[in-house]
Amino acid sequence: MEIFGIPLQAFLGQLLLGLVNGSFYAMLSLGLAVIFGLLGIVNFAHGALYMIGAYVAYVALDRFGINYWFALVIAPVLVGALGVVIERTLLQRLYKIDPIYGLLLTFGLALIAEGIFRYWFDVSGQSYPVPEALQGATNLGFMVLPNYRAWVVVASLTVCLGTWFLIERTRLGAYLRAGTENPALVQAFGINVPVMVMLTYGAGCGLAALAGVLAAPVIQVTPLMGSNLIIVVFAVVVIGGMGSILGSILTGVALGLVEGLTKVFYPEASNIVVFVIMAIVLVVRPAGLFGKEK
Amino acid sequence: MFKLSHISAACALALAGIAVPAQAQISGDVIRIGFITDMSGLYADIDGPAGAEMIRQAVADMGGTVAGKKVEVLVADHQNKADVAAAKAREWFDQQGLDMLIGGTNSGTALAMAKVAAEKKKPFLAVGPGSSALTNDQCSPYTVHYAYDTVAMAKTTGPAVVKSGGKSWYFMTADYAFGTALQTDATNVVKASGGTVVGAVRHPLATSDFSSFMLQAQASKAQILGLANAGGDTINSIKAANEFGLTKTMKLAGLLMFINDVHSLGLKATQGMYLTDSWYWNQSPESRTWAKRFFEKFKRMPSSLQAADYSVTQFYLNAVKAAGSDDGDKTMEQMRKLKVNDMYTKGGYVRADGSMIHDMYLMQVKTPESSTTPWDYYNVVATAKGEEAFLTKAESKCSLWK
Repeated sequence: MEIFGIPLQAFLGQLLLGLVNGSFYAMLSLGLAVIFGLLGIVNFAHGALYMIGAYVAYVALDRFGINYWFALVIAPVLVGALGVVIERTLLQRLYKIDPIYGLLLTFGLALIAEGIFRYWFDVSGQSYPVPEALQGATNLGFMVLPNYRAWVVVASLTVCLGTWFLIERTRLGAYLRAGTENPALVQAFGINVPVMVMLTYGAGCGLAALAGVLAAPVIQVTPLMGSNLIIVVFAVVVIGGMGSILGSILTGVALGLVEGLTKVFYPEASNIVVFVIMAIVLVVRPAGLFGKEK
Repeated sequence: MFKLSHISAACALALAGIAVPAQAQISGDVIRIGFITDMSGLYADIDGPAGAEMIRQAVADMGGTVAGKKVEVLVADHQNKADVAAAKAREWFDQQGLDMLIGGTNSGTALAMAKVAAEKKKPFLAVGPGSSALTNDQCSPYTVHYAYDTVAMAKTTGPAVVKSGGKSWYFMTADYAFGTALQTDATNVVKASGGTVVGAVRHPLATSDFSSFMLQAQASKAQILGLANAGGDTINSIKAANEFGLTKTMKLAGLLMFINDVHSLGLKATQGMYLTDSWYWNQSPESRTWAKRFFEKFKRMPSSLQAADYSVTQFYLNAVKAAGSDDGDKTMEQMRKLKVNDMYTKGGYVRADGSMIHDMYLMQVKTPESSTTPWDYYNVVATAKGEEAFLTKAESKCSLWK
């Protein structure tokens, strides 16, 4: 059996790889969506935080012998703490002015971080080994899937759905959403809104770092890994609808699949297909697929 | 006021007229060398800031002056954009009185800069770019292609791999000038040595995930995966090939790999691979001495391009010295006469089409066990003589070489 001239088996394999990449997009765009939705900040430093997460894992292993599983915890915590520092010292001064300033600030921070890491580690980057428990591959019949990639899909979808549940279905999430809608009123009910906002930004940064650790064994850890990805992830967020959490998850996965198929049928266009879709969506639905018009 | 400036200009002209015959004819009383390369992107390690430093060092090692005039080096980052490169080159030639331009990595930018240099009648010495178009269908009387080109890479690596049993090939090609040139050149060589090409996939520059392409390569059932890409793309290709078990059924042939790529991937992932390079730090006592200085500065070994950056600068300055002028046509004439004999190569010469003809080396990456010292990565398996490695007259489409 063939689909569009390629064997069904190869087609399924490509879909699965698209899903793997899509789950990366979902996790990164989720962090962006949370930060934008709750803080109104367009966090251009997200790609850099993702890169720093990967480097925390690399340095932890290379210098201190700390393995992958601990890195999965350490990197998000450290980068989350870095996020808290950024929020306290810089971002919180910008909430009352035009969002463009937040964008410029975070973009500048990203360039600085990239420059520093380029100075420390060179652009060719470093290799991070696949953890022992996840080495090898499983034959699925239609393709041989490296175990690590399967783990990435499971881990990132779990994190995505967990975050969605936390924000949309729990009391804490309700506070968060109420706090962004009307901070003065929520504050009046005795909830410390500034601390909540700070922790949200930290958590968003932590998500980026977690994605970085998950990516480290698959792609070369380089100072440029974030900037290669961040533009695509922004397109995902715009297509899904700025601030829509479920939208960013679903769009991330869907665009991973579309991109995967483009790599088969017209590989030359695989790095622009996401932007073509973005342009179409912006024309048809300016608020994005899942966004609400204001 | 108007009159006064006219008078002073006339005086200056008159003075210049008197001064010139007495000394070397150096425009603006300074020899200005420009270097435009990828300073921050995926090719920055193989050339980039360290390459710029080697150009400065080459100038310093000649005393900082040639023919009694100061030598100045300008450096810019083209960010892998051809329009940025061309605009910068034009600005330097027009406003800074640039005398010679060294082209760094990325063929797209080099082809654009070569056109500007030809228009301004100034030498363009291409070190980093690989596309053979620079000396083939787009050759120019002002372009010298110094370190390597896609033809030389393909002609040295291709037959060796076919001979070792790799008859059927599949290409992983970077989708721009350099990648497509490399694939075309390698295809010709593979076919000429009795091999076949079963397919190819073109990926965008700076792709991070190669898994989809690996699956396509695997489905082709070819014996050899020819990597017609460079830098970060080659690194991520090799990583994905290892992860998807491609290396068990296929062998990888890196058509353009630098020592930095091997270093960052490690010998475990790269062992046994064939690759071609124009220079290896451990090839001779002279190269070792030179590389040691580099190592002390950068804590890593130089790539062939960084060695060539040093070499090309002194080659040009020697031409200026011989011509007694930094005029574009006069220095080009001298460069066609002079031989390159230094730590980079022996007996190299510039041919009519602009190729600097010199020996190329086929290397095989060592196994982790056989590598005894840091950066001890290659065995030099064969040396390809310059005349055999580069384009032949029959193959050339360059109108200057007929």
